Amino acid sequence: MTESSASREENGGPCHGAANGLKEGRNGFVKNHHHPQKKIHKQRDEKVHHGSCNGGLYSRPFIESFEETPMLVAVLTYMGYGILTIFGYLRDFLRARKIEKCHIAREREEQKDFVPLYQDFENFYTRNLYMRIRDNWNRPICSVPADKVDLVERVSYDYNWTFSHTGRVVKDVINMGSYNYLGFSENKGSCADAVAEVTLKYGAGVGSTRQEMGNLDGHEELEKLVARFLGVESAMAFGMGFATNSMNIPALAGKGCLILSDELNHASLVLGARLSGSTIRVFKHNNMQSLEKLLRDAIVHGQPRTHRPWKKILILVEGIYSMEGSIIRLPEVIALKKKYKAYLYLDEAHSIGALGGRGRGVVDYFGLDPTDVDIMMGTFTKSFGAAGGYIGGKKELIDYLRSHSHSAVYATSMSPPVVEQIITSMKCIMGEDGTTIGTERIQQLAENTVYFRRRLREMGFIIYGNNDSPVVPLMVYMPAKIGAFGREMLKRNIGVVVVGFPATPIIESRARFCVSAAHTKEMLDQALSAISEVGDLLQLKYSRHRILPTLDRPFDETTYEECED
Amino acid sequence: MIQTTKMASGQQWVLVEMVQAFYEAPAYHLILEGILILWIIRLLFSKTYKLQERSDLTEKEKEELIEEWQPEPLVPAVSNDHPSLNYDVVTGPPSHKITVNGKECINFASFNFLGLLDNERVKQKALASLKKYGVGTCGPRGFYGTFDVHLELEERLAKFMKTEEAIIYSYGFATIASAIPAYSKRGDIVFVDEAACFSIQKGLQASRSFIKYFKHNDMEDLERLLKEQELEDQKNPRKARVTRRFIVVEGLYMNTSDICPLPELVKLKYKYKVRIFLEESMSFGVLGEHGRGVTEHFGVSIDDIDLISANMENAVASIGGFCCGRSFVIDHQRLSGQGYCFSASLPPMLASAAIEALNIMEEDPEIFTILREKCKHAHKALQDIPGLKVVGEAFAPALHLQLEHSTGSRESDVRTLRSIIDYCLDRQIALTQARYLDKEERFLPPPSIRVVVTVEQTEEEIEKATSCIREAALARLE
Repeated sequence: MTESSASREENGGPCHGAANGLKEGRNGFVKNHHHPQKKIHKQRDEKVHHGSCNGGLYSRPFIESFEETPMLVAVLTYMGYGILTIFGYLRDFLRARKIEKCHIAREREEQKDFVPLYQDFENFYTRNLYMRIRDNWNRPICSVPADKVDLVERVSYDYNWTFSHTGRVVKDVINMGSYNYLGFSENKGSCADAVAEVTLKYGAGVGSTRQEMGNLDGHEELEKLVARFLGVESAMAFGMGFATNSMNIPALAGKGCLILSDELNHASLVLGARLSGSTIRVFKHNNMQSLEKLLRDAIVHGQPRTHRPWKKILILVEGIYSMEGSIIRLPEVIALKKKYKAYLYLDEAHSIGALGGRGRGVVDYFGLDPTDVDIMMGTFTKSFGAAGGYIGGKKELIDYLRSHSHSAVYATSMSPPVVEQIITSMKCIMGEDGTTIGTERIQQLAENTVYFRRRLREMGFIIYGNNDSPVVPLMVYMPAKIGAFGREMLKRNIGVVVVGFPATPIIESRARFCVSAAHTKEMLDQALSAISEVGDLLQLKYSRHRILPTLDRPFDETTYEECED
Repeated sequence: MIQTTKMASGQQWVLVEMVQAFYEAPAYHLILEGILILWIIRLLFSKTYKLQERSDLTEKEKEELIEEWQPEPLVPAVSNDHPSLNYDVVTGPPSHKITVNGKECINFASFNFLGLLDNERVKQKALASLKKYGVGTCGPRGFYGTFDVHLELEERLAKFMKTEEAIIYSYGFATIASAIPAYSKRGDIVFVDEAACFSIQKGLQASRSFIKYFKHNDMEDLERLLKEQELEDQKNPRKARVTRRFIVVEGLYMNTSDICPLPELVKLKYKYKVRIFLEESMSFGVLGEHGRGVTEHFGVSIDDIDLISANMENAVASIGGFCCGRSFVIDHQRLSGQGYCFSASLPPMLASAAIEALNIMEEDPEIFTILREKCKHAHKALQDIPGLKVVGEAFAPALHLQLEHSTGSRESDVRTLRSIIDYCLDRQIALTQARYLDKEERFLPPPSIRVVVTVEQTEEEIEKATSCIREAALARLE
């Protein structure tokens, strides 16, 4: 199509910190700087785009970068996968000939003549690639997943096919993996005390659904509190974050509706959209041009074949993307949604509590009005150290969900101790417990985030995402380095999450750190020096910090143009 | 030989003639032909044009269209007296004695079959776990969300069910709804009972497989469908070789409270080479001598069932669900079960509560016999209530009371049943209606009152409840 409408020009002020002078592109994305005071818009293209890419919508600098994968690294990564695949085939061949011992669980003899439960190629990746580095996932822990965590030591004598526990415990591993943003994952303190009391009074379960006999007073209290926390009219809580998406989107959209979904949306949003029976179209990650084009086309052309107008259009986005560390361009999304009369479903799974001066999530972060978002969804798993999810919005919306949500009708309601944990931690964040612990933690998280990201970038790692996002992906790229990074970090007593295909694009394997308010500066420094050490060992400091000449940059519809004086 | 030479020379002659004609033709003719050839090539290679591209709307027209478009409201308005909008409020624990809307009642509504919800041992274990692990897990199983108690619970469940492996989910509803699409993909075929519960229906929808419904518990109808499929397969054996087939049934049906004819299903399984997935949320911890469910009830080998799933929210009185079976089957879900991979894991204190519940179930299998006796008692006592019929097996702990004669309108039926419930609530008997999403259910069951029997209810209480329902029916159904 065209280029971005709004080309930004800005002075590299001191506020841009480490990112200043960087110009990075990735798959056609180029990082964006928005600065509220210094913005000059240039119309560079012939087509007019209204209001979409408007730096003036931002009340704070919006610095997000995705440095391009160096060519050599990309080539080596593909080679790595190539070699692994060749060896995979070779070993499959050996296994089939019984030369190599086969550890794979087998079909029962009685059912050998059934249609195979799995296609052979389906598990090729698991068998030959994942299995080599399986020890980096599902590491069992035996303590609170707080700033430090105790791991159950396990060993494998058959190349990760089976694990056995040694009985020893790896003590005090610095936890950079859990989504414990505000440090409410605790077994002591006011939250835990309140939960203990509720546990003794109520027990663990409920034994019924909300609509039948499982609507406890605690649930109603929680929902009122959530509504107040979010600044919306009404809210409803559900027992599982994943199911909050997958079981409520079908109640909101159906046949004849259009769902516009970010390409990197979480599996639960994708499943919910699919279960709804709506038409689904995908826009490029956080790309407002792509979203606007889809919106325009949808309204102008109507439904496919019949050309009837769409009943409604629902935009599905997340607050913080958990694999990219990017923050949604919410001001622009809201402008678009208003202009095109679409509805906005915002999933704040990672951002609630973790962003904004008052911990109210991405809406707070941008200083926007929560009533501009039609459906405010989020989870209690992360910042609140509990489990479950919520949806907030207008009273009509929540009333409708109370009577039509799949979860309210068919799923057992939330466990009372979990409800209590959310209530106490949320009150703490709101300062209603009479302390300033909540505010301090929000402040601490923001500081930790900026510090951790800045230091990593200075070390020369390629770090994705927004400067203010506590989710910090560090690019590792090569398949062999995924396993090596996880293991080397554990050797240095630091627990990190490493992710590869299929959770990321094939060449963009990464390690992910989740910064927490519970981390002290000493812990972060210890982690950072270990990361740096391992980074040197594995040659992970890929960043070139160089400015790409204008003409070298990918030049397509998704490119954001930007000039710096 | 001669003939071929002749033919060859003949062809040669044609060629020569063509070249000659080419030279002799006037230039304008050649140019015209050339353009025509180019045109044909263009037509052949140009993209099939889309309708969208043809609509030559100007920017202004587009703007007008955008201006004109009015979406439907996000949600339709719900009237304030919608029957499912105003929930009954339970203050205090939903245990044997329950306070509903401010009235203290005996609980005949929560699926707390074994009375473990307010069991002191279970509570103490949950508390100890809270003191060790806190509440949340702050991560999915893959990313530091696996606790040692999760592994212990999986091991214990596998041992309890006498299977190789078990896998736990953090939400009962998500268990079977994630398990089905982990195996059954686009193009596969699932045979499913019409009375299957909603989570099965959602799992089937997520799998995008072909769904064939057979009449509830009608094995002849199922066999008819299987035969049909067999004929289909013979026509296209190549496709049949990669088309997976599953039967999905419930042990005790949530919606009808009756039991599936498992031995016959197993026979059909081997005859037609179909795998069986069994949902046991209502029967796990209820049926069988040791509470292992329908397989134990019928004496069917558990290895003959490919996958058993159940929630831990009814008999176990915790939260979450599990699947169990052979490692060959179950292990696949650790990377393919969406509700397992992409969701935060079960809070460890709830897992500990479930472990303790299993301990109690293992220590004292007598509890299942007691439950069955109570169920039979209740089932018998509920017979012959004027205007209401009992739906379900005598040993089912959650029965349905349906109207004998529907008024013809679902709405008024629901209101009638609600008035019976209110009558009982006033007399200290807590009951509830079975709730469904009328428009979403594939086969909507008729409205009904749920009567849940638990081991904690005494015979007197059951007598009291049934006579209360009888009175209510007499008063409200006249």
